[in-house]
Amino acid sequence: MKELSIKVSNLSKRFGNFVAVDNISFEVDKGEIFGFLGANGAGKSTAIKMLCGLLEPSSGNAEIAGFDIYKETEKIRKTIGYMSQKFSLYEDLTVAENIRFFGGIYGLNKNEIADRTKYILDWLKISNLRDVLVGSIPLGWKQKIAFAVSVIHNPKIVFLDEPTGGVDPITRRQFWEMIYLKSGEGITIFVTTHYMDEAEYCNRISMMNKGIIEALDTPENLKAKYSSVNMDEVFLKIARGK
Amino acid sequence: MYDIEIKNISKQYGDVIALNNINIQVRKGEIFGLIGPDGAGKTTLIRLIATLLVQNKGEIKALGYDTISQFQEIRNKLGYMPGRFSLYQDLSVIENLELFASIFGTTVEENYNLIKDIYSQIEPFKNRPAGKLSGGMKQKLALSCALIHKPELLLLDEPTTGVDPVSRKEFWEMLSKLKNMGITIFVSTPYMDEASRCDRIAFIQAGEILDIATPDEIISNFDDKLIAVKSDNKYKTLQDLKTLNTLRYVYPSGEYIHYVDSRKEYSISGIMEILEQKGNTNIELKLIEPNIEDCFMKEMMVRANERIIH
Repeated sequence: MKELSIKVSNLSKRFGNFVAVDNISFEVDKGEIFGFLGANGAGKSTAIKMLCGLLEPSSGNAEIAGFDIYKETEKIRKTIGYMSQKFSLYEDLTVAENIRFFGGIYGLNKNEIADRTKYILDWLKISNLRDVLVGSIPLGWKQKIAFAVSVIHNPKIVFLDEPTGGVDPITRRQFWEMIYLKSGEGITIFVTTHYMDEAEYCNRISMMNKGIIEALDTPENLKAKYSSVNMDEVFLKIARGK
Repeated sequence: MYDIEIKNISKQYGDVIALNNINIQVRKGEIFGLIGPDGAGKTTLIRLIATLLVQNKGEIKALGYDTISQFQEIRNKLGYMPGRFSLYQDLSVIENLELFASIFGTTVEENYNLIKDIYSQIEPFKNRPAGKLSGGMKQKLALSCALIHKPELLLLDEPTTGVDPVSRKEFWEMLSKLKNMGITIFVSTPYMDEASRCDRIAFIQAGEILDIATPDEIISNFDDKLIAVKSDNKYKTLQDLKTLNTLRYVYPSGEYIHYVDSRKEYSISGIMEILEQKGNTNIELKLIEPNIEDCFMKEMMVRANERIIH
């Protein structure tokens, strides 16, 4: 039997008269790479904030790793990891200091932080960057380190909000290999991106438009359904459809 | 006739070399794309052309004028849209537009036909403070402000970064229209797929130009035999391909994995057999034409002398 990681039922968020998220429902399996796509302003960020326990829904329910998004937001925050294009690491701290800082935030003790620091430096082969300020590291590498830090506490789920924006094509692919590795270890990956080739790397994709989920399926099935050769075409058809 | 002539340009910030001996010539009336990732030097180059920075070495002529000694001439005829939203957030949409028009000694009415297609989409919100617009609307206002004095040359610094695929497509449709009105456009982008929208492109990486050509030329100059591979388990197949001792390079690319062998002549079925032996199922293998991103990555790897992408 498949283990559910995220369960969303009829979730909505209204700001005054404006419905940002309109009655969405979906489920994500443990270890799945779930692509959460949509145009700017479709409601993705609002939905992610609710799922991370940062914004109270107007109605509907959701469970994140078995925790309720109304009553158990503290537990949710300890169970998940998060990184985005806009916020990843502190530029004026070194790599090791960032790891120590976020390790502490996520509740790791001193020994665990030392272990995990070694693990991350070995994993990315960046022992030479240990005491380098993050601000002087190229964006692509910074984002790879930020991803490693976002899973430092072995979360059940990690939310990645446009993690590869502006990153060069080679480093973008290295980033996705890291995602595959962690997904294989059982961490659920919830990711947004504007690169449609990256959408192909996901197990399943949801396409959001004006607050609702217009389509949700594997890339393969979506391409068949919308008679498209690639995800770019699927995206255009869905977003321009109405 | 060139609208931009960049000769032996180098720019350093302290010890950091942002641009290293750049040479580019942009023809009148073309859309020229500067394609490269974050940190490649795109913004520095655009600011140099826009007369906002001074180079350490070399010279730039924009619209025939020197960017250092004749910057005032250039500024009157140049439209510039910076990467970061730089309009007045607390002025309304129409106030921003009128301000830009009056700075250049013109009026919104005088050049309205130039911005009509773009501006009409945000006109319903013309009394809203610019800071309260959505990302896509800010982008349209910034472009309107850059165009309101009827520039001969338009510099756009990553106008589509962080913009969704639909809005990106619409933006490029607008640029084609501006080109048809005779405006020369110099645009930077990290999105490789946008290269095909340009007349000519330059690949830039770590402050150096890797290649300058038309998108078609760049693709036809790619002389590797490129194989696309698909299977039930793409990640396993990728890892297995990495172990082949005849591998030149391999990386995932959308639905497929792209693979290039180190041998010039070989049979594809040989690769198929090895993958089957390693337990891959439902394998599809075919020879394909490269896309612009394949070409860029090859240039990057050749420079870095990198055999395999780890």
